[in-house]
Order: sequence, then structure tokens, then C-alpha cells
Amino acid sequence: MVSGRPPILRLRGVTKHFGELAAVDRIDLDITEGEFFTIVGPSGSGKSTLLRMLAGMEKPTSGDILLKDQRINDLPANQRPTCMVFQSLALFPHRSVGQNIEFSLKIRGMDPALRRKRALELMTQLRLPLAYYDKSVTRCSGGERQRVALARALAYDPQILFFDEPLSAIDYKLRKTLEKELKDIHRETGKTFVYITHSLEEAMVMSDRIGVMRAGRLVQVGTPNEIYTTPRDKFVSEFMGEVNVIDVTAGATGRVSAGGLGAEFTAPPAPAGFSRGHLVIRPEFMRFLGSPSEADNHLTGTLYNEYALGSRIQYQVRVGDLVFIIERLRQQALAARLDDRVLFGWDAKDSILVAE
Amino acid sequence: MTGAAPEAASVTRGLSVLGRLLSPGPRNASPLLLLLAIGFVAPLVAIVSFSFGEPRSFDVFQAPTLANYRTIIEETFYQSFLWSLSFAALTVVFLAIICYPVAYGLVRVFGRWSNLITLFFVLPLFISENVRLYGWILFFIKGGVLLGGIKALFGVDMESVLFTPPMIVFGMIYVYLPFMLFPMTLGLSMVPTDVTEAASDLGASRWQVFREVELPLAMPGITIGAMLTFVLGIGAITEAKVLGGQSIIVITHDIEIAFTYSQNWPLGAALSVLLMLVVGVLVLAVLSRFDLDRILRRR
Repeated sequence: MVSGRPPILRLRGVTKHFGELAAVDRIDLDITEGEFFTIVGPSGSGKSTLLRMLAGMEKPTSGDILLKDQRINDLPANQRPTCMVFQSLALFPHRSVGQNIEFSLKIRGMDPALRRKRALELMTQLRLPLAYYDKSVTRCSGGERQRVALARALAYDPQILFFDEPLSAIDYKLRKTLEKELKDIHRETGKTFVYITHSLEEAMVMSDRIGVMRAGRLVQVGTPNEIYTTPRDKFVSEFMGEVNVIDVTAGATGRVSAGGLGAEFTAPPAPAGFSRGHLVIRPEFMRFLGSPSEADNHLTGTLYNEYALGSRIQYQVRVGDLVFIIERLRQQALAARLDDRVLFGWDAKDSILVAE
Repeated sequence: MTGAAPEAASVTRGLSVLGRLLSPGPRNASPLLLLLAIGFVAPLVAIVSFSFGEPRSFDVFQAPTLANYRTIIEETFYQSFLWSLSFAALTVVFLAIICYPVAYGLVRVFGRWSNLITLFFVLPLFISENVRLYGWILFFIKGGVLLGGIKALFGVDMESVLFTPPMIVFGMIYVYLPFMLFPMTLGLSMVPTDVTEAASDLGASRWQVFREVELPLAMPGITIGAMLTFVLGIGAITEAKVLGGQSIIVITHDIEIAFTYSQNWPLGAALSVLLMLVVGVLVLAVLSRFDLDRILRRR
């Protein structure tokens, strides 16, 4: 965690219009020097446009982007001390691994021998075999190409590194490895990383802080833990992965009523002026009960299906039209058969109440 | 109807004999091979045989002679060769310079207007080359659109630029522009936008992006365009005859004269063979430098 350090990048009311549409809508954000900040959002949420403005490939319609207190709105990409790793990686297909990494150094007019030395250093740091120096990038594997792209960006020695979903086209296993490697590189270099992804899972693994975007707006900014435990609304909570959402209205003190289920639940303290909203319960906080008194809230439903998720098992339980997801450790597997009636519940402290 | 069945059977038997002789690949390719042999190889063979024929004869079935080639070397045909080669080379150079910005615009700048602009470049192709060139004569001729207009407006009497070598190059640039423009546009459209953006992001200026990334990646298209216009330029004849007013005799004009006016087919054939050799060697030299297959498959 990086705290108490000055913001390196400050966004003030940054807006980008494409015609009538506001792709990015009045974003205010401070990014701290040295932090790993991830912007998460579904496709079309404006996160790529925001990143392109930060990197200098698009100009904001209004608002200011400040890099160390200097307004950089109109500074073109090639004059900004920032560098981007593209979704497609955008490697130079007609150049070798070494030439790709050295590109920015060649542009600066660095001596070829020094260039080569720096490229080999970076290749060592990123665990690329040194023999690959003369290899064509087109003959590199997906993971190797990722490393070349990162090395090329690091060679530029940027103050901020931007990442536009570079891992989205990589298979699951390699992606998990590269996510951790990227976080290690972040530690080693101490540079500011701004990362974009549509996968909150990816964001959780790597980030110091996460900003959740929806329809051009920044919905919530916080540490992964904050986002996970206290999502601001239904969108953020659902974006966090599979959750159980019950539509509720305000009831008696400490209670909410769920019209769809014809039931009342004990809920955590409601926000001021709460009248209707959603009760969100994570699948791992749901459990099967022997008797209704074992938890604050309980429901009875039909066990519809079960899915093995490695160390955990997920159960789908249907109550009327509503589908609930319950996750238990494999050791706590439920001794019930499909279509059995099951009693399940949760405690009020494990649920989140979000307004409409 | 009674005779049909045995006939069909004999055809089937004939086909099965062919089937036993050839594997499926060559068997299916045989119609095309036949067409190529008659339409493409046979004329070439005829030209090559004629080039070794007795001068001013129409008989190829006699002892071969190198007399025609000797005539070409001894006389001043090399001048025509040089004119043709220079005109073609100049055309390629000018076209490359003219077409690059247009191709860049079509791919990157004009957006939805690209199709309309492309149409403007294609439309003239539907009009006969002769008609278009005579149109330019009317434009440039003394008392024509340009000079007549200048004289009427400013009272200045100027000499026409018609019937000079630069005019021939102008005509060739005009006629062959689409053949450079479209391969070049294709080549430039093969350069991914994010790759040029990445180069710029890594600090490259506009010129450095062009030299280090855009030009090398668009090279296959540019090479194809250059080869196409060069080969067309070597074979050009109308531009020199119409806009050049026959002041310059290009090699294709020499060939035409040999085959028609002077009725010396063997000489015309020998000139053709030499021209094919020159062009063939040049094209192969370029192709061996740029392995198009490899470049095109690279992405």
C-alpha cells in the first residue's frame, strides 16, 4: 500500500463527448505516486477512452488532467512521460524482440551498445531468454509477447505506465501467472501503474486501489477490500462476481421486507432516507441450517443444482422464482439430493443493504 | 434414346482411363492447364520462335538465325529501350510521391468520404485511355483551354508543352495513378493504427513513426504498386504517340512499327523477347528482395 504520498496524476471534471454521447463523464480522481490503480468496468463504460486521454491519444472535451500539477491536456502522447501497454500489445511486427524493446532508446538517439545493454537488462528482469534478442516478435508465444511489450514500455522509463487490458486475450492459467508477475514488476520498479480491465477478479489480485466505472462515470473508488465488502450499489456488488440480490423495501427498525418472497429480514443499518433497494448477500456467507434459529434470516427452497468449483461447491437453490447461490467448502458438502427441500440462511452482519 | 446408353458408357470408360493416368489434382486442373497452354504459352512460343526467324520472313520452320538480334544491337534501338525504361522509372517515382498522401488520407483521414473519393479515382478508368489523352491535348494545345485562356485573359502568348518528354511522363502518371494508389492504400490499411500509436507513445515524432513503422509495414503494398506501374509503364505506347506526338519513339512503338508498317515480324518478335527479358529480370530482382508471401503472412 502506498499512502501519504502526493498524487502524481489528478483528474478534474474530465469529460469526453463523441457527438452527443458522453463516453467519459465528469471524472474526478487522484492517483497516488507509486500506486497500482485499476479502473474496472464493463465494455462501453468509457474506461478505454479515459485511459487514452491520460496517455495523450485523445483530448478531453472539458476538464483538466494534471501530471505533477502541470496541465497536460494538450500535450501529445510522444511528449508525455507516460507509456501504454496496448490491448493488442501493438508490437512492431517487422522488428526483433531486441529492436522492439530498444525502440524508444533509438528514438532518443542512444548509442547502440548502450541500447543493447539496457534491452538485455530488461529481458533478464522480465525472464525473457537472452537468446530471444534477435528473434522475430511474430514467432514469440503469447506470454513472451506480453513480456516484450512490458519491457518496451519500461525501456521508455515512464513516470506512469498505462495498461489497456493487455491480458484479456491470454488463457486463464498464463493470465494468473502474468497477473502476479506484473504485481512483482510493480514492486521492483516502484512506478505508478494505471490498469484497465473488465475483470474485477484481475483487479482484485493486483491493485492497491480500484475505481469502478459505469456509463462514463466513476461509481466507486476504494481498496479492493472496501469495494468487496461495502459496494456502493447493486451494480458494483454484482460486478464483484456472483451475489444474491433481494429487492427490498424499508420495514420496521432494523428490518426490511421482501415483497417478492413475502418475508421480512433482519438487515444491517439502512442508509439515511432509505425506502427501497437491494439486500446483497455473498454466496460464501450463505449457509445451510439445521433449524431456523441458527441464523438471523432463513429461507426454505428447492435444491436445483450443484457445481464443483475445486476447493468449494456451489449450490443453486430456488425459492419461488428467485435463484439463490450458496457456496460451501468441499469439506462442508451438503448431504442432500437434487430437488430436496433445504433450509438456508445468513446473518444480518454478512449482508449489505444498498439503496436503489 | 437407344444409342445414348452405350455412348455414355464409352465416355465413362474414357474418363476412367484418364482417371487411372492422373491423380485427382492434375485431373481437375487439366482444363485450366489446357487454357493456359493455348492462351498463354503458345503465343509466347510463337514470339520466341519468330525472333529466331529469317528477317522479313513469315516462316518459323527453318534454320534459326540470330540476325534479328544482331540488327537490334547494331542499330539505335537501345535509345528506345532507354526512353521506355526512364519513362517507366520516372512514372513510378512520381506516383509513389503523389499517391502516398492520398492513400494515407483514404485509410486514415477521409473516413466515410473515402468511398466517394475512391470512386472519383476509379471513374476515369471506364473511359478509353485514347479519349482521355486527346482530352489533355485539347487542354494543353496552342489555343486550347489552358494557353487560349491565358492569351484571352492576360494577352500572353506561350508555347505549348505538348509533344515533349515531360508531357509523356505527365500522361503516364495520369493514366497509371490508380494502379499505384490502390495497392498502396491496401498496404497502408495493413498498418495497424495501434502500432503507429504505440510508436508515437514511445516518443517517436510524426516523421519517425513514418520512417520506422508506417513505411516498412506498408512496403508490400507499395512494392506491388511500383511493380505494377513499372511494368505497365514499360508497355506504355499511347502516351508517347498521343501526348508525345511521336517526337519520342518508345520501345513498344518500335515493336508496333516492326509488326505493322515495316512488316518485319521476326524483328518485332526479337524486340519483344528482349523487352520481356529486361522486365522479367527487374521484377524478379525486386521480388527476391521483398518476399511478399512472408510479408503478407506476417500478421
